[in-house]
Amino acid sequence: MPKENTITIAKKHKMLEIDGHKIKDSFAELDSSIKIEILKRLYEIRYFESETEQFIIKGQIHGTCHLYVGEEATAVGAIYALKKDDYITSTHRGHGHCIAKGAKLDMMMAELLGKQTGYCKGKGGSMHIADVTTGNLGANGIVGGSIDIGAGAALTCKLKKNNKIVGCFFGDGAANRGNFHGALNMASIWDLPILFICENNQYGMSMPVREAFNIKRISDRKASYNMEGITIDGNNLIEVYNTVSHFADYTRAGNGPALIECLTYRWKGHSKSDAQVYRTKEELKSWMEKDPIPRYRDALISSGTISAADGKEIEKDAMAGLQEALRFAESSPFPSPDDVEEDVYA
Amino acid sequence: MTVSIQKEIKTREITYLEAIRETMQQVMRNDSNVFLIGEDVAEYGGAFGVSVGMLEEFGKERVINSPISEDALIGVAAGSAVTGMRPIVEIMFSDFITIAMDEIANQAAKMRYMFGGKAKVPMVLRAAGGGGTGAAAQHSQSLEALVAHIPGLKVVMPSCPYDAKGLLVSAIKDDNPVIFIEHKLLYKNKKYIENVPEELYEIPLGSADIKREGKDITVVATSYMVKKSLEVAEKLSKENGIDCEVVDPRTLRPLDIGLITASVKKTGRLLCVEEACGFGGFMGEVSAQVAEQAFDWLDAPPLRVSGKNCPVPYSLVLENAMIPSHDRIREGILKCLGKI
Repeated sequence: MPKENTITIAKKHKMLEIDGHKIKDSFAELDSSIKIEILKRLYEIRYFESETEQFIIKGQIHGTCHLYVGEEATAVGAIYALKKDDYITSTHRGHGHCIAKGAKLDMMMAELLGKQTGYCKGKGGSMHIADVTTGNLGANGIVGGSIDIGAGAALTCKLKKNNKIVGCFFGDGAANRGNFHGALNMASIWDLPILFICENNQYGMSMPVREAFNIKRISDRKASYNMEGITIDGNNLIEVYNTVSHFADYTRAGNGPALIECLTYRWKGHSKSDAQVYRTKEELKSWMEKDPIPRYRDALISSGTISAADGKEIEKDAMAGLQEALRFAESSPFPSPDDVEEDVYA
Repeated sequence: MTVSIQKEIKTREITYLEAIRETMQQVMRNDSNVFLIGEDVAEYGGAFGVSVGMLEEFGKERVINSPISEDALIGVAAGSAVTGMRPIVEIMFSDFITIAMDEIANQAAKMRYMFGGKAKVPMVLRAAGGGGTGAAAQHSQSLEALVAHIPGLKVVMPSCPYDAKGLLVSAIKDDNPVIFIEHKLLYKNKKYIENVPEELYEIPLGSADIKREGKDITVVATSYMVKKSLEVAEKLSKENGIDCEVVDPRTLRPLDIGLITASVKKTGRLLCVEEACGFGGFMGEVSAQVAEQAFDWLDAPPLRVSGKNCPVPYSLVLENAMIPSHDRIREGILKCLGKI
């Protein structure tokens, strides 16, 4: 009887080979409406970031922002592979995760402009946007600051047996923090339901991965923790979706954590003041040719999910939503100085 | 106090950032044991551009990019210091020293004492502190009290280019771990450029400075708050005829309490100004020591103007409310003088 079942499953699902792993093509089984929503999210992030950049240029953003342009497929692909009530932890480059997890663009933009109506009532800003209601445990100003926080959330999931898992995002630079080692080891020895999703965008601020590591693949560190690990194309949304779906099932079933390295690239400087002397224009150009958004859009067109005209419509739709968010943010009031000491204690 | 500079000493106007950079360059030319290590200090030139050009002059062996591992970075510096090198560590935001508190507080600070005085840990940990840049809760703190509390650490907070150079020379020459906290708003501030000698010179750690002489009240302030206090003092002098004496401790540890109490004995009043949160802050220490040593000379209780009791908020409106403003310093002075 079990044998028969296995055969049925094997027939039903198309299997893929990704980085030596047999992985189900879960994306193929997704409803078209979700595939379209994913495209819209990608555009929303892209346009949210370009509007944010304009605000920075115009001096309307007090402080700095770290833009996610070029890396959209990693956040969206991974977060759509999680369940709605799973947790995520994010990074200082967190706008993408936040949008993918379902945050409201208007409240995000209001936060960036330091307004009372923002997610953190103007207290947090770009680096600290959290939306606990959607399971987003927050961006983090400290590199790697969320790796152990994520493991802690996974401990909650395990203790409460709530069947939730954690998608813990961090960058290549964070993989050299001491807490990376501590958290991955704990997750491994306690079989925590967490996916460590390393966004390898090739630079920790200015330091190239080739100089910060003496290994070719960050996912090779899986060996130290006896956990599953994989390196994938982070600019290929479908590959990200399928891989994260696969390991989400794996970790949700109680098999312990996995380390997923997504290769991607940050198109913009590290933050607002970055002359980018540490990389070449050619390198940037070569990565811009791997733009994750048209790649995904074209995949939807070629599979017949949408037409080229639909693609344009979805893009326009995303832009329209963003314009509304901008109007909301700009017309919102600033917080009152009298509120400065509120919220220090719960 | 303006420092009198002899005519033969060549000076030119430079920024705070330039003073720090040229000090590192000059010291590194003279002493091959000194090297700079930190995140993005090489090609990038440091998060605030302090080390721009140093990689080109000294090469990768002496201007070392560190992976993002503040704990290991500071531990490695301590290990190299105890074995004969004189590392300068750059921690881009002083907030990140919390990541390495074991290496700072349990290791570097204690080695000399624990080993019966037989070890030396000559390292300088430079870090950019303070707010006012919209960098929010994890990139804007003033954490000097955390380190000033630990015996074995020296803590320096220069408020101007001249002091930055002289104090950094002393910090590098010192055989103890020195936490050297720079202020982001001073780095490139053209308003505060001043004449700095080209040659190296030392300002001893533990020597405070009277930045403005006055007779009515002593205002003790650190780092960027020295600048704000001086501006308030000038205005009060012109508009209200109040004559403030502004004292900059320059080094929190060792603390030149002698100069501070001497000033209080002259004026009879003390206002302490710090950007950090007041509770458990450094100025509580200053107030306590003044109360212990100059109580009979005080005509009013010592007062403090400090950061509000909250993390540094993001929104400009809130950040301005959290960090002591010119108005709050002015009110503090008037209150201390019994005028409001």
